[in-house]
Amino acid sequence: MIGFLVRRVAGILLTLVVISAITFAVFYLLPSDPAAQFCGKDCSADRILLVRQQMGLDDPVTVQFGRYLVGIFAGQTLGSGDYAVHCSFPCFGYSYQSAQPVWDLMMDRLPASASLAVGAAFLWLVMGLAAGVVSALRRGTWIDRTLMVGTIGIAAMPVYFTAMVLLYLVVGQLGLIPYPRYIAFGEHPFQWIQNLILPWITLALMSAAMYARMTRNSVIETMAEPYVRTARAKGLPERRVVAKHGLRPALTPVATMLGMDLGGLLAGALITESLFGLPGVGKLFADSLNKADQPVIMGVTLLASFFIVTSNLIVDLVYAWIDPRARLS
Amino acid sequence: MTLLEVKDLAVQFDTAEGVVRAVRGVDFTVEAGRTLGIVGESGSGKSVTSLAVMGLHRGAEVTGSVRFQGTELIGAPEETVRQLRGRRMAMVFQDALTSLHPYFTIGDQIAEAHQTHFGTGRKAALARAVEVLGDVGIPEPARRAGEYPHQFSGGMRQRAMIALALSCEPDLIIADEPTTALDVTVQAQVLELLMKIQQDRGLGIIMITHDLGVIARVADEVLVMYGGSAAEQAPAETLFSTPRHPYTRGLLDSLPRLDAADGDPLLAIPGSPPSLLAPPAGCAFHPRCGLYAAAPEAVRAACTGERPPLRLVAEDHRTACLLDSPSEGRITHQEVTA
Repeated sequence: MIGFLVRRVAGILLTLVVISAITFAVFYLLPSDPAAQFCGKDCSADRILLVRQQMGLDDPVTVQFGRYLVGIFAGQTLGSGDYAVHCSFPCFGYSYQSAQPVWDLMMDRLPASASLAVGAAFLWLVMGLAAGVVSALRRGTWIDRTLMVGTIGIAAMPVYFTAMVLLYLVVGQLGLIPYPRYIAFGEHPFQWIQNLILPWITLALMSAAMYARMTRNSVIETMAEPYVRTARAKGLPERRVVAKHGLRPALTPVATMLGMDLGGLLAGALITESLFGLPGVGKLFADSLNKADQPVIMGVTLLASFFIVTSNLIVDLVYAWIDPRARLS
Repeated sequence: MTLLEVKDLAVQFDTAEGVVRAVRGVDFTVEAGRTLGIVGESGSGKSVTSLAVMGLHRGAEVTGSVRFQGTELIGAPEETVRQLRGRRMAMVFQDALTSLHPYFTIGDQIAEAHQTHFGTGRKAALARAVEVLGDVGIPEPARRAGEYPHQFSGGMRQRAMIALALSCEPDLIIADEPTTALDVTVQAQVLELLMKIQQDRGLGIIMITHDLGVIARVADEVLVMYGGSAAEQAPAETLFSTPRHPYTRGLLDSLPRLDAADGDPLLAIPGSPPSLLAPPAGCAFHPRCGLYAAAPEAVRAACTGERPPLRLVAEDHRTACLLDSPSEGRITHQEVTA
């Protein structure tokens, strides 16, 4: 088990290094000059040269990349002499745009993204599982058909459409709640919910539809398994057959998918955050893309990769906990 | 004592392609301490019959009569049948790897049956599980009860499956191809185990198989099924010594024989099993039947008209063939057993 964990963590680190190398290479190959970017619009050629030197852009790309990696784990000192700035662990560099440390920018934005992701995931799990299980157990009835037609309709609605309709109806026409703005949970839990409810629903609807369909298929498949028949042959009451012998294996793939989806979402739901003006990591990413703010783009890419590979590991561990066949003996 | 009396049992499914008539009127009885062998090829309706007896058919229309220890099960409330399932009649399935739940320990799965039917506490039920695991010859039962199905070998898994069936001391065990997935030596052990349990406890057993060797070894009475109905019914000795239905004869002839001369071909029944959606008119076997092919035109008409009923041809011996005549089997009971 320990050996397994060590191998997996090493694998994760390697993956992250490869991803950062690729992102780094992409930016190195871009024609834009980071020094000119950082320096600003009215910058003399001499000044740009100085900035280049300070940023270490004259060094070979491998040296620059090495410095970047070391910075992440140990921090680094940028520039030299009077201009020297120490960027402490974990150092992802500074934004060209705001001159703020990338790490601080991301950590500032993480709570909003995490709030959005966790709340939405909760909503879509409840809706998706309920609809999927009911559909599967009432297969072929009008409930099943209604739910499945409904999920197709919902899955076909793009996020920006749902968001606009919700905003128009709930905020505009009905005036039930004011236009959402992000309020931290710690500041005011109730307003946190009130302001996030529309983004949650927006983000959750489509996933709920997907999860409902997936859950339905999985439950139908599992209920046809020989071991479910054995449970019935033992004389167990049908409720126990479904709850203990059917649902547990049926929901295993759902748990896997949830882990992946949640991992991806923690690093920001780009469209939803932008639509509702939520100060999340996704919004940060979108803004940085517009401004070609290389260090921020790289930082967010790595953060997202980190969340995804880590949630992958967690999913595997949870899987082993649920399914003894996946356990390493 | 008659444990189980099945009369005119029919099972049909509605499918997109039409109505599948999987079983079309089968009669049989099982006595305590005796073994009924049901033999037939895939699609003959033998497994469907057993599931129908257990009330495990979902979405199928089951008609006829199944009387178990005097209680009519067809049309009985689900709760009545549920309380008998696992308690009075238990089932051993073919593939223990897929039939046992991969997420729960063997002990847990056996204990669960006991807890359900006797309201035993978990601890006592687990102790009972260890006890039956020991009964079916699993070494170190206390330790193995804590293991999962995938940690068992094929033979041990099938023993665990039998232990599960035995845990509530049922009166009838339905074993659906219990040895098909096992290699020959393990197969013999499992059959011996079943027979020993039967002797010790006076169980009635229904042994469903496509393997005549298994039938010869364990069955007292045999029901040969073809295309969803009974082709022949007889005590095992009689069936092997004087088979009357051409299908039964074909099955016996197609057994490979050690004493065959070099170059003797392996005999097979030509053609393939009938479609249950659109079975052949009359006798379902006639398209593959040698007697039918050789018969004069006038006689043939009978084979394709009405479905031939089972008729008594000797004491306890029934066949659903109109053309048969007594004949010596190519093979004797002892030969098959050996």
